[in-house]
Amino acid sequence: MRGAPTIAILVALLPLSVGAGILVGAVPLSPGDVLAALVGTADPSTTVIIRELRLPRVLAAALVGGALGVAGTLLQGLFRNPLADPYVTGTSAGAALGAVGVIALGSDLAATLVPLAAFAGALASALGVWQLARLGGRTTILTVLLAGIVLTSFASALVTLLLFASDRLALRLRAVLDILTGGVAVRATSEVALAGLIVACGVGLAIVLGRRIDAFAFGEETAATLGVDPERTTIAVIGAAALLTGAAVALAGLVGFVGLVVPHALRPIVGATHRTLAVASFFAGASALVLADLGARTAFAPAELPVGVVTGLLGAPFFLFLLVRARRREVA
Amino acid sequence: MTALVARALEAGYGTRAVLRGIDLELNPGRLVALVGPNGSGKSTLLRALSGLIRPTAGAVTLDGVDVATLSRATLASRIAVVPQSFDTLFPFTVREIVGLGRTARLGLFGRPSPADALAVARAILDQDLAALADRRLDALSGGERQRVVLAMAMAQDAAVLLLDEPTAHLDPAHQSGILRTVGGLARTGGVVALAVLHDLNLAALADRVVVLDRGKIVGDGAPAAALAADVVTRVFGPGLAVAQVSGRTVVLPG
Repeated sequence: MRGAPTIAILVALLPLSVGAGILVGAVPLSPGDVLAALVGTADPSTTVIIRELRLPRVLAAALVGGALGVAGTLLQGLFRNPLADPYVTGTSAGAALGAVGVIALGSDLAATLVPLAAFAGALASALGVWQLARLGGRTTILTVLLAGIVLTSFASALVTLLLFASDRLALRLRAVLDILTGGVAVRATSEVALAGLIVACGVGLAIVLGRRIDAFAFGEETAATLGVDPERTTIAVIGAAALLTGAAVALAGLVGFVGLVVPHALRPIVGATHRTLAVASFFAGASALVLADLGARTAFAPAELPVGVVTGLLGAPFFLFLLVRARRREVA
Repeated sequence: MTALVARALEAGYGTRAVLRGIDLELNPGRLVALVGPNGSGKSTLLRALSGLIRPTAGAVTLDGVDVATLSRATLASRIAVVPQSFDTLFPFTVREIVGLGRTARLGLFGRPSPADALAVARAILDQDLAALADRRLDALSGGERQRVVLAMAMAQDAAVLLLDEPTAHLDPAHQSGILRTVGGLARTGGVVALAVLHDLNLAALADRVVVLDRGKIVGDGAPAAALAADVVTRVFGPGLAVAQVSGRTVVLPG
């Protein structure tokens, strides 16, 4: 497998990133503190910081980054275009609408319902984008992006409407702000566990679907003559992308560019086959978001930036660079 | 012996009927060229024969079985299609693309079996792609790309090979090279081979020419008969001259 050495490096990088994420923060900690807290012999405040704040947050950031990387891989494969990801296709916006909607309902079950509602919102908008992009028979990246803009605008309008119409949301402004700006917020450890389960399902599906998505690269009709059922595969890919996006948005809201940049940057290194790309994107996305969140937490410590700000600031220029380079190659 | 048969086949898109009563039987041993003016239904017939679109009336059968009843995976292991356009924005290598020909035969987790690896290796060798196997598609010339697509279709190990304008965008030497390859598969490889061709002079190199006009077959036979002057004038319009040059049918703008 062409990407094996790269994947090995990325796998090794993840524990290092997670370690850095746990050690570095507003309160500096030593590796000894962390070990002591984990085995239960540290002082109470250190134990709380590590067990209830840093560790869940770092794991959540890893899950979010990994999920977005894989979701980006799936959507790029489905739309046959390296410019698609959950954010630009409006899938994330749909998930955010679902999450905010559940928070507006103010149910006690919110922690459990948020990922489900985010999944439902992601599924609805991804199916919507796919349908819109197919109008006229041919899917072009322009129609995908335009459909994404339409859906994102619509979902944002509904979120704003909810914000004004719901009294409960005024009381949960922080949670809503986290979702809209892309802040990793862990309210309960069970949330991370649930999201981990959903992400595992999504990644598993991506691995199983990888070979079929490869056949999609040359168009739906060619995929069909190669033995892939286009409708069933499309639904499965959208379902997997929605699971991953829903879990990511439930934990961290709208984090842009990870799903777009990570697969795009890895493709020249590990190759185009979607199974390898999905696995590499999971580990690279996880490390990238843990480190981005580390930056977000420490740049203005003790104030914490939403990680979406960091991914936007770094991701947008990087994406622009990739775009310009791709353009130059086309001309050359 | 494999037989791909269309009986009273009608097909189209939405309410627009394109094929209006096609009867056609394809067997191994002869390369068949499908010709006709633009919009006569050549690509639609190819789609219907490969099970990509469902007939509105009549049926396509493969060895007596209606293709509409076969799964995509089963069809792909029996019928290989070389599409008209074949391109991607992703950096797939030649080997990976030829490997796609085995998609239908892969298990749930997609590990290639020894048979898969063998079919891919053989297709790469047959199409003389060994030196290019690790190159990217966009680094290849038009003729090399067409060999890659052909290798992908051959890796399917299918009994039927349907080609949609396989010689478009190729220079004359590569055009006849592709037809020689496909002709060889049909004549000695036991493959049912049908190629949609735009160029009547290339079609004349086939063993059998089927002429399609406005959704109906109006000529079917050896090149000299199917491309007779009166048929060519009636179907493709006046202003074409048909000649026999050293035993071959040649169509010239007159």
